[in-house]
Amino acid sequence: MVMFLIGTTGIAIALLLGCLGETITEKSGHLNLGMPGIMSIGTLGGCYGATLYVSWFGEQTSGFFVIIFSLLVCIFFSCLMGLIYNVLTVTFRSNQNITGLMMTTFGAGITEFAMTKGDFINKSSVAVVSNYFKTWIPGLNLEDSWLSLFIGRGILVYVALILAIAAGIILNKTRIGLNLRAVGENPSTADAAGVNVAKYRYIATFIGSSIAGIGGYYYIIDNLSGSVGSYPNIVAIGWLSLALVIFTLWKPILSILGSFIFGALYILPTKISGISLAQMKIFNLLPYIMTIVVLIITSALDSKENQPPASLGLNYFREDR
Amino acid sequence: MTNAKEKKISEPLFHIEKRADFPRWKGWLIRIAAFIAGLIVSGIFGSITLSTNPFTFFSTMIDGVFGTSERFWIYLKDSAILLGVSIAIVPAFKMHFWNLGGNGQVLMGALASAAVAFYLRGAVPDSVQIIIMIVASMLVGAIWALIPAIFKAIFKTNESLFTLMMNYIAIGLVDYFILVWFPKTGSYIYSVSKTLPSMPTLGNPYILPILISCLLTGFMYIYLRNSKHGYEISVVGESENTANYIGMNVKTVIIRTLILSGLIAGFIGFIICGNAGFQINSDIVAGRGFTAIIVTWLANFNPLIMVFTSLLVVFFTRGAVNTRGFYSLTTNAISDITVGIIFFFIIGCEFFINYKLDFIPRKKGGNK
Amino acid sequence: MSNDVALELKSVSKHFGKIQANKNVSIKLRRGEILSLLGENGSGKTTLRNIISGIYFPDEGQIFVNGEEVVIKSPQDAYKYKIGMIHQHFKLVDVFTASQNIVLGLNEKFIMSQINAKVMEIANRYGFKIDPDKKIYDMSVSEKQTVEIIKVLYRGADILILDEPTAVLTPQEIEKLFTVLKNMRDDGKSIIIITHKLNEVMEISDTVSVLRKGEYIGSVETSKANQSELTEMMVGKKVELNIERTEVKHPDDRLILSNINYVDKDNVAILNNISLTVRGGEILGIAGIAGSGQKELLETIAGLNKNATGSIIFNNPKKNLPVTFFHKTLKRVKELAQEGAFHYEDGTAVDFTGMTDAKIRELVNDGKVLFNEDEVMDLKDKTPLQIRELGVRLSFVPEDRLGMGLVGNMDIIDNMMLRSYRKGKSVFLNRTIPGSLADKVIKNLEVATPSPRTMVRKLSGGNVQKVLVGREISSAPKVLMVAYPVRGLDVNSSYMIYNLLNEQKENGSAIIFVGEDLDVLIALCDRIAVLSNGKITGIVDGRTANKEKIGLMMTHTETYEEETAND
Repeated sequence: MVMFLIGTTGIAIALLLGCLGETITEKSGHLNLGMPGIMSIGTLGGCYGATLYVSWFGEQTSGFFVIIFSLLVCIFFSCLMGLIYNVLTVTFRSNQNITGLMMTTFGAGITEFAMTKGDFINKSSVAVVSNYFKTWIPGLNLEDSWLSLFIGRGILVYVALILAIAAGIILNKTRIGLNLRAVGENPSTADAAGVNVAKYRYIATFIGSSIAGIGGYYYIIDNLSGSVGSYPNIVAIGWLSLALVIFTLWKPILSILGSFIFGALYILPTKISGISLAQMKIFNLLPYIMTIVVLIITSALDSKENQPPASLGLNYFREDR
Repeated sequence: MTNAKEKKISEPLFHIEKRADFPRWKGWLIRIAAFIAGLIVSGIFGSITLSTNPFTFFSTMIDGVFGTSERFWIYLKDSAILLGVSIAIVPAFKMHFWNLGGNGQVLMGALASAAVAFYLRGAVPDSVQIIIMIVASMLVGAIWALIPAIFKAIFKTNESLFTLMMNYIAIGLVDYFILVWFPKTGSYIYSVSKTLPSMPTLGNPYILPILISCLLTGFMYIYLRNSKHGYEISVVGESENTANYIGMNVKTVIIRTLILSGLIAGFIGFIICGNAGFQINSDIVAGRGFTAIIVTWLANFNPLIMVFTSLLVVFFTRGAVNTRGFYSLTTNAISDITVGIIFFFIIGCEFFINYKLDFIPRKKGGNK
Repeated sequence: MSNDVALELKSVSKHFGKIQANKNVSIKLRRGEILSLLGENGSGKTTLRNIISGIYFPDEGQIFVNGEEVVIKSPQDAYKYKIGMIHQHFKLVDVFTASQNIVLGLNEKFIMSQINAKVMEIANRYGFKIDPDKKIYDMSVSEKQTVEIIKVLYRGADILILDEPTAVLTPQEIEKLFTVLKNMRDDGKSIIIITHKLNEVMEISDTVSVLRKGEYIGSVETSKANQSELTEMMVGKKVELNIERTEVKHPDDRLILSNINYVDKDNVAILNNISLTVRGGEILGIAGIAGSGQKELLETIAGLNKNATGSIIFNNPKKNLPVTFFHKTLKRVKELAQEGAFHYEDGTAVDFTGMTDAKIRELVNDGKVLFNEDEVMDLKDKTPLQIRELGVRLSFVPEDRLGMGLVGNMDIIDNMMLRSYRKGKSVFLNRTIPGSLADKVIKNLEVATPSPRTMVRKLSGGNVQKVLVGREISSAPKVLMVAYPVRGLDVNSSYMIYNLLNEQKENGSAIIFVGEDLDVLIALCDRIAVLSNGKITGIVDGRTANKEKIGLMMTHTETYEEETAND
């Protein structure tokens, strides 16, 4: 049972970060379908950062600094992707769906290219960073006890949970959140009220991309202990995160719960004894089906609350008359 | 009026305006320029990462596409299949129905063919089997497109998110059936018994899909441009209000169009499955449902132009296969990257076609 | 330079493409003054408003606030100079509360209780009523306006610009608004009201500035001005409209509406027990302030409002007229023959049994099959398509030309076939007939277009309207409904539209004309029905009507009291 819950958290945190990144982006009115690509690129950035750092300072380096450095590179790579999206959709007003889809293909392509080509990524360097996530509290060894579920997990688990709660508070209780939501709901109103729509969209997309990129980073480097070869899974995690945004009704606090449900469904079939591989595949469909059900219910109820941001997917041009 | 203070007045540098009228040739000039810029950037990217020069990089690609007649045939066949998927999704896009589920619809068609192959092989004559496969594929493809369409028509459920989810359900179902049919191996690609029917060939195995896509393209061009249905699709796409005003049944149009879309997608699924010897795996469509969106969008939803855009996109895909051997890479990712870079340029250049930058001349000082 | 000028514009100009929206506009607004910006539709008021509020940037000219030259290139700049805009179409986020909307975009402490207190304080100072925690989607129009006004006051605006603030309000609400505005003026605020309603100008403002076709005409003190003088400034000359009105010949009750009620999806009653008879051969005008239910009334008749109740009876005078395939299908003709609806010229009953389709077609096309009776049909619960299939030639020129009547991204020919594309059994379109119709409309209505294959959205407003009207009258309608047909059109195009309507009237069509300009309504229409808050408050004869009386009916108070009782 502990193993099951630990497994669940592992997937759940990756999903949570992806979902959180996309939620923040969507709240600004950007439907960024490029998230799976961004998560891939973020992972690539993290692995590249680890490779660089270890090549500079060797394997016996400070865990703290190598984690910080690789995270920074991860964020930088993610933001480069966010920049492409921002320039195209905000500045050049390109179609968001098309741009996003292209970014997923592009991002996954770059990741595959770099991950498989020569020595761009050094697997053992990544493993070094991955190790630091396991042992960041010195001398802690809880084995399989219940406590290990809460204590001594990779630092990003706690970061993700804090980020989700913080995002929930910022979106709903602060001025910045209010402005951001207004930009996503009704950009011309926000503009008229003195909110810089382009600035909010750019920044929200940068922040969202960074968080999602960290999600991919977490999935490979912490959760899968640096098994770089699993990078193709990130795209699937990315799409599942997009589903999670809908499933949790664009609410970050709810997304903590949602990510654990999705994570449990993802991991559950491997933990039930006697379940066949085929039945497992059906299990894996459940998150998507549940998302569709939520999508249908919210559209059928047609209430004013719990809807996608009203201008999601639409670009804003002040002089549109 | 006393304006003694010399003030700094900051004015916006330029002002963006929608273009009312822009000659078409200028638009194409901009697009071609963007394409060339994209080529240059991707050439530079390729040169740096592969330690080569752009000339060798692109000539390797050209060689991969035109080098031998075999390569050229494969190029044409792959383009035809991508074109087929694009033809399947174009009516929905023309109607401004964001069908991101082309992949799933094609995959379900392929799955249906594989199912027929699994359950009926040997039981009925090959020709009958092929016909059953076609019917089953088209039907299943249509159902897969119909489900989101119905909810869109009734509840206005967001179709892009819905169809996106349907892709993953399709993938899961394929994985499931492979395991049900071959519980022991559980492998994705498997060989079925030799009693499988073979796809009819005309001269060589590449001509059939090419011919079919040409026919589909011709049909879709006429359907969209000259049929009453096509006209209704345009009106609903442009303005649902107008459609209601003249008494079109918007729901019927949405559902009917998506059924057509799904039928074609399912049929292409059959072709893809047949070309793979009626084997199936969850990646058999290879993301063509998404690539097709790029193809249709680049062609501005015109089926005839889609012939060229699909040839263009597949050029890089096929070219990449050759660079893979040439530069000893392990994947074809370079094609995604090249297409991505070029596409970013083309999508960005639309801005300069639709909008005009008015530079505002600087005024001097105050008011005198 | 006097210091009591709060806002001054000097020779401001702005163009859009080839259209000169503002030309050399110069306006002075003093502190503690209410200034009316008066002008007809299309006079450039909205553009000027957008320039002051930073939405547009002027091509030329200067803006001074409190005597200092300023550059307003964004709404933020406008706020910086304490200029607040109350838009006609409220700029509010639906899912936010009143307070959230009010503080949106501000940089101050975000403590809801303090914000609410400050909102209430402002409301009490000027006499507003507001619930700071109410969501916008739960609010009435007047409540939303209150939020808008408090929003700019909260930001410390000293200069308030209200764009058509009364257009959507009931008379009681207008009265309250004016009281509040006067309170604000006495508090030292400067206010610009953009309007085209003279009586309100006289009642509320201290100064009137007039715009006409983008040009600044002049300013006068309200106390020294009279309505006819202002009208003259606004329209250029005394309003003596030279619209021809032909006599009504053989009127027949074409369309009988009884007890039409319509409640929209937000549960607001839009149409209230409307009963109205529309006669063939006459033009029935519909007057009313914007949003009184005009749009919904026409859409209900056209079969677009499924939720409306009541009855719509269509009488088609057909006795002894030949049957045609113009709108009737062969199937429908056969059905009608079965019901004994036809006779031959000699009076014998028509019996198609045993005849081939070709034979039936021949008989009908020769004009030998005549109707026995006038047709009487209930159009209620019929879709636009069913109405057309019944053979009712009902034409409708909607207010939203490019969003409803036409498809902007299609060429003229394709727009011509919107109504007729379905004709015939073929699955393919036939573009020859629409093509020749397009040529005819272009020629007869003098549509300025490079070719019939030009996208409609690329045409100017007047030409767009000609294409739409041309198509709608091409079917020789039995009933023709037009909503604001001359809005945004120049004088020549407007007169062409009036003439076309008169032509249709001569042909016996029953015409419903929804207009905003009372002078035009009085000059053109035979009868005028006045709508107020979804109710008919009176029907007057166009030949004897006077503006004041209609104006009174437009703001009838009876409906309002009922409304408040329901609240």
